[in-house]
Amino acid sequence: MNLYDRRLLKNRFNLVMSLATMVFGLFFLLWILGVLFYKGFEALSPTLFLQDTPPPGAAGGLRNAIVGSVMIVGLATLISTPIGIMAGIYLAEYGRDTWVARVTRFVNDILLSAPSIVIGLFIYSVVVARTGHFSGWAGSLALAVIAVPVVVRTTENMLLLVPGSLREAAVAMGAPMSTVILKVTLRAVRAGVMTGILLAVARVSGETAPLLFTALNNQFFTVDMSAPMANLPVVIFQFAMSPFREWQELAWAGALLITLSVLIINIVARSLFRQQSGR
Amino acid sequence: MAPPNSATGVLPSLPLDDHRVEREPPRPHGRAMAHWKDRLFEHATLAFALLVLAMLFAILLALVVAALPAMEKFGFGFLTTNVWNPVTMQFGALAPMYGTLVTSAIALLIAVPVSFGIALFLTEMCPVWLRRPLGTAVELLAAIPSIIYGMWGLFVFAPYFGDYIQPALTRVFGNVWILGPLFQGAPNGIGVLSAGVILSVMVIPFIASVMRDVFEIVPPVLKESAYGVGATTWEVVWNVVLPYTRVGVIGGVMLGLGRALGETMAVTFVIGNAYRISPSLFDAGNSIASALANEFNEAADPVHSAALLSLGLLLFVLTFIVLALSRLLLSQLAKGEGRTT
Repeated sequence: MNLYDRRLLKNRFNLVMSLATMVFGLFFLLWILGVLFYKGFEALSPTLFLQDTPPPGAAGGLRNAIVGSVMIVGLATLISTPIGIMAGIYLAEYGRDTWVARVTRFVNDILLSAPSIVIGLFIYSVVVARTGHFSGWAGSLALAVIAVPVVVRTTENMLLLVPGSLREAAVAMGAPMSTVILKVTLRAVRAGVMTGILLAVARVSGETAPLLFTALNNQFFTVDMSAPMANLPVVIFQFAMSPFREWQELAWAGALLITLSVLIINIVARSLFRQQSGR
Repeated sequence: MAPPNSATGVLPSLPLDDHRVEREPPRPHGRAMAHWKDRLFEHATLAFALLVLAMLFAILLALVVAALPAMEKFGFGFLTTNVWNPVTMQFGALAPMYGTLVTSAIALLIAVPVSFGIALFLTEMCPVWLRRPLGTAVELLAAIPSIIYGMWGLFVFAPYFGDYIQPALTRVFGNVWILGPLFQGAPNGIGVLSAGVILSVMVIPFIASVMRDVFEIVPPVLKESAYGVGATTWEVVWNVVLPYTRVGVIGGVMLGLGRALGETMAVTFVIGNAYRISPSLFDAGNSIASALANEFNEAADPVHSAALLSLGLLLFVLTFIVLALSRLLLSQLAKGEGRTT
């Protein structure tokens, strides 16, 4: 075989392998989603939303866990959004290339990928160990710590997309810098900032590890955030690891609910972003 | 412009020149009142930025304080002893550390070539209209919560893996020199190897999207010149694109490693949770994160929970180093972006 054929063969082989890796990735996505939909829809029923988590061996639903999850994630979003947006504004509008901004950016990027179980331990030792009991508040705090870096990151990136001329025009009209930011630049990238918040919500709604040591779980329905609170991820974990068939079925139903909401939020965030960058 | 990848934290290339040119925006000299409010707002944003910064130190400090009792009791030996006995109160981190490192190594061994293939496919081979849907599909792999990977791993993947893949691996590698002992043992689907494989699927989207993003910054003129002198697609990627983006690719791999080290739920479901260092990859093991998830709430004794908190601290420091390296490498690439070669 001459050199020319050998090069061609090598090229073709490697490109086929590349195609194969793409198929490999998609295969796992479809496999996981397929199993989830199959097992989840089987277990899906109206009682899921009407009854609370049952004791072993009995039928029941996930009402307390769904409500708990929505409350914990909702509060985490309320805490993390202002912190994230303000810090993002500092990085993009004031700090820019100063060393404070650079270090913050660096630390933020690390927090973005920090193991979530460690965040759980952190909140455990500063909140749960101090107050002496697990609580929904602690769960929300842990999730907020995870969500903040996502919001900071997207807010900064989005603000940097605003053309400098827009700022200059506003400043030339005599607007103070804070007005320029709040009324002009931030408003120009509203959709982008929303994307960041949605991505943060999607990221934390599936988090299990940080909730294990903070919100824990509760077999009963409660809206009291100062008590241990049921939430979907921890219920799924507990029920899936159990030997009871009814519990495992509920776990699949919960898994489907959570994955569907995370995927839908993700897709909405992406389309919002496209709308932003298309302008 | 690529969508913001919150999961990977990869910079989509931004038009930086706007603020580079005009570094300090002109400060308006308005009425005193407006000025005062203005300063307040600026300082408020600074305070929140510092809060983010402080979070890192708070995490570190809280973990060090909480882990102190165990560190005093076991000292440096904590890292080198292979014993975990809550009854006799003897704790050593060797087994969970081994599990964390081995599962992450297996994950990278599979994920790096696969991610490279996916990035190559998306940037060089894929028809343009398919790029976005396929790229999104790969990124959705990262959006699936890790507990779902765990359930799928335990109920669907592990039985299949134990019935078909593990016996096949034993047949092929079981008698090979050095590799042999790794692939012997009971093929029950649960263990270090299956945890590593599931982990690899979880980190593929992170590594692949970094690789795709850095491949896209290669100046077209470089690739075109290579194609112009008759290089094949593979030769262009291997000899032009990859050397140009090496730093960024390594940064992406480190990011994947950082993710793999700290991944909890998926590993907890399938690793088997046994404090054991076994030569066989089929055997049950434990990782730092899975030990924490399983035991922390049951740890009644202060020394036991302090030992677990030391594990957490260890994990945090480990991932911090890996992620910091990744970030430094990626920013180095971003700096060189405007350079002519």
